[in-house]
Amino acid sequence: MATDSSTLIGKSVRELRALLTSGSVSAREILQDHIQHIERFDPELGAFNCLTTHLAYEQAEKIDALVKKREPLPALAGVPVAIKDNICVPGYPATCSSKILQNFVPPYSATVIERLGASGAIIIGKTNMDEFAMGSSTENSAFAPTHNPWNVKKVPGGSSGGSTVAVAAGFSTLSLGSDTGGSIRQPASFCGVVGMKPTYGVVSRFGLIAFASSLDQIGPLGREVEDVATCLQVISGHDKRDSTSLPFCLPTQSETLASGVKSMRIGIISELSGQGIDDDVRCSLKQAGETLQSLGAVVDEVSLPNSKHALSVYYLIATAEASANLSRYDGVKFGLRNQEADDILSMYFSSRSDGFGAEVKRRIMLGTYALSSGYYDAYYKKAQQVRRLIKQDFDRAFSQFDLLICPTSPTVAFELGAKTADPLQMYLSDIATIPANLAGIPGISIPCGFSQQRLPIGLQLLGPALADSKLLAAAYAFEKATQFHTVTAPVLTASAKH
Amino acid sequence: MNYEPVIGLEVHAQLKTKSKIFCGCPTDFGGTPNDHVCPVCLGLPGVLPVLNRRTVEFAIRSGLALNCEIAEVTKFDRKNYFYPDLPKDYQISQFDEPVCRGGHLTIAGKKIRIHRAHLEEDAGKLVHAGAAGLHGSEYSLVDFNRCGVPLLEIVTEPDIESPEQARLYLTELRNILRYIDVCDGNLEEGSFRCDANVSVRPVGQKELGTKSEIKNMNSFKAVQRALQSEIERQIAVLEAGGRVVQETRLWNEATGTTFPMRSKEEAHDYRYFPEPDLVPIVIDRKWVEEIASTLPELPEQRRSRYVSQYELSPDDATVLAESKELSDFFDAALSIGTPAKAAANWLMGPTIGYLNENKLGFDSTKITPENLRDLTAAVEAGTISSTTAKQLLLEILASGGNIANLIAEKGLVQISDEKGLTEIASKILIDNASQLESYRAGKSKVRQFFFGEVMKATKGKANPQIVNKILDELLTQNT
Repeated sequence: MATDSSTLIGKSVRELRALLTSGSVSAREILQDHIQHIERFDPELGAFNCLTTHLAYEQAEKIDALVKKREPLPALAGVPVAIKDNICVPGYPATCSSKILQNFVPPYSATVIERLGASGAIIIGKTNMDEFAMGSSTENSAFAPTHNPWNVKKVPGGSSGGSTVAVAAGFSTLSLGSDTGGSIRQPASFCGVVGMKPTYGVVSRFGLIAFASSLDQIGPLGREVEDVATCLQVISGHDKRDSTSLPFCLPTQSETLASGVKSMRIGIISELSGQGIDDDVRCSLKQAGETLQSLGAVVDEVSLPNSKHALSVYYLIATAEASANLSRYDGVKFGLRNQEADDILSMYFSSRSDGFGAEVKRRIMLGTYALSSGYYDAYYKKAQQVRRLIKQDFDRAFSQFDLLICPTSPTVAFELGAKTADPLQMYLSDIATIPANLAGIPGISIPCGFSQQRLPIGLQLLGPALADSKLLAAAYAFEKATQFHTVTAPVLTASAKH
Repeated sequence: MNYEPVIGLEVHAQLKTKSKIFCGCPTDFGGTPNDHVCPVCLGLPGVLPVLNRRTVEFAIRSGLALNCEIAEVTKFDRKNYFYPDLPKDYQISQFDEPVCRGGHLTIAGKKIRIHRAHLEEDAGKLVHAGAAGLHGSEYSLVDFNRCGVPLLEIVTEPDIESPEQARLYLTELRNILRYIDVCDGNLEEGSFRCDANVSVRPVGQKELGTKSEIKNMNSFKAVQRALQSEIERQIAVLEAGGRVVQETRLWNEATGTTFPMRSKEEAHDYRYFPEPDLVPIVIDRKWVEEIASTLPELPEQRRSRYVSQYELSPDDATVLAESKELSDFFDAALSIGTPAKAAANWLMGPTIGYLNENKLGFDSTKITPENLRDLTAAVEAGTISSTTAKQLLLEILASGGNIANLIAEKGLVQISDEKGLTEIASKILIDNASQLESYRAGKSKVRQFFFGEVMKATKGKANPQIVNKILDELLTQNT
């Protein structure tokens, strides 16, 4: 145990690295403190489905051996990272917070897990989520909901609620989420942390249990932009096991992160910044625009006329892909099987009826319908055409602007149970994040203020495809100028007060 | 009323790439169940397919050999249906942008148009415990070894006019795929499978009748028989004033009839949509040209060359060219000076007979082109008799060797010594007085007996022409 254990929770990657290098703290001590912090506070918050303690200690030992030998430390040496439970860590369950995969233990590693391991990160646990990443509040977990560390009566957002709470509550320095329609950015906004969805294809999807393959993208969450940038650098890069992965290398962050927003042209998306947006959120956005302007950016309004169709398009394409992706959970090979069924059809029906939750079933049915003969042209095909129009809107906007901004979510975190009875209301929570997934472009949510109820508000920055570094640079400049990220959820400092 | 059948065929040819279409597992037939599998071909959660480039090359190669247009851009789609042998419960196939379109092949002067050929992954196999099939079995197990083996599905237009033509088409198609070395065409191992669509209509009617699809045929003969039986069934239905129902029927080899598959099993809406885990493939024209430049001579070209260059009959040319290995050997033997007619005769007669009898492929024989050249030369020179030559050929096919050495070792040189043979023949006539008597009484066939006895006495080595000449003389003398 470190002499002053309280200081190890809430540290940045840079700070942990300095402590390790100086020899004042070991990776094992960092890990122990984080596990203790989790054991103390996670029962109330429910961020984790399981801890990967054994693996974590193994990884920590390796780092301590490097320190002992005075060998150079890799980029994420000793940094605790929490992993969304739809990303495969070999030897540990990958449940997608679903009953149907409750006992599924992947024998292989996701590419991102290999890359984190190679960069010295400590995988600390698997985090709760909406079942199969379908949801915006982490209430669709088959196990238990996750709670918002700013106010446990509120949802943390979703579907990467567990991963987001892990960093917001100080359970880990970084975490990985997956973002299909906003599942990293929206919870980041609700929990006052930084969450990024990279350009589609920048991070390998190998080992990510698919929801909607053409939209899914793994991304990092952290308390500071620099940490998120470091993590993205580690997990990104071409992977021959994912055919949609791009042969692209991010420029190293030391070259770009501090490049600022001076003379950048930044467009505020009018369709996503007016009607239907909470007053507090609108107010913060206005201030954010002014901040950026004060940093030397040129800020103006921009229109994305087809963004109003994004939600409908998304719920056709994502559900269509999901309906096929989730077919394999049929009781034949792994996962839940209803043992009472006495023929193949009833086994399919009963295993899937028992194994999937209501939202997952709703989306499988929606997607199956959209692809059915006679409906394909009117739904799936039409949705693909409109998807192209949405992409073209962005192309036009990026011919005039370097980056676009809008609120990450129309509201701050809502009460648990407030929207569970009304799927459409729940879907609207992602209205500002979905367009980026449809267009394949990068987006990041960073803290930009608080509501009157002291709940975090997130600012979303969007960039053209492969402008991930530019996006991080703007976010970094904003963070430095505002310091919202220094205001943290109470639980984060609770260990320190102890 | 007179009816005519209209037939279209769908062939699933397994491409003989080393590894599977979307992962690195081996494609070898058989093996311990679930030994040739990995997370990708098992469709475990989180894994992704990566296209094996070689399968596209093989598809292009096939397309070129079948006179198809090769797509500039091709893509994969998901075909959705639930079945335990399909681990993802969707098959990665090609829906509206196949690699190949619009080809044809010619059989006996008739052009059969090919609608399309596309790539897809094979499914696994169910093994039913306690029964031959699903019905009556206690439980079923799945062997995923075959899962992800690349298939090329080749679909004809409804151009085939008879069951016989269907058989010819399949024979020729299999032949072509073997010539270009993309498929081993082994029906027993399921590497070449065929489904048939058939309808009948009154002669002269333009519109097509209602078709049925026939599955479960395990040989070309079975395809021919199944089509014949189905055509007769459909005609009988129509003659009785009934209507043919569009359905899938299974061929029962034992009863020689088709029967309908349960409708539940075929009520599919496959909900095809583009496979989002793979990107569209742009097929570079240079690549196509490169592949085209490596295409070997195809069966049709080879047959016409045999007829025009070597003056073989079209039937002989067909028999020879039916096996690429055999006709490659024929060409090799001719290139070192073996006379065409003799080579063709030795190969088509005793060689094919030997292969059929022992159920062997030509590539399992030990014969070399030099062997055939030496053999024909020895016969031509009169060194050995054709009877000896045939024995020698069979021996060489089975065990290999050198013709000259074998002739010397076994003392097989033909006896053309007239004096010695006359002595042997005279002794035989004397020893077989009763036969000689009946010959003289007019039973001229007995002459054959004497000939045989001389050959027996010389262990087949006597020069038959000389024996004949001697027998003529002796039998005339003694009259």
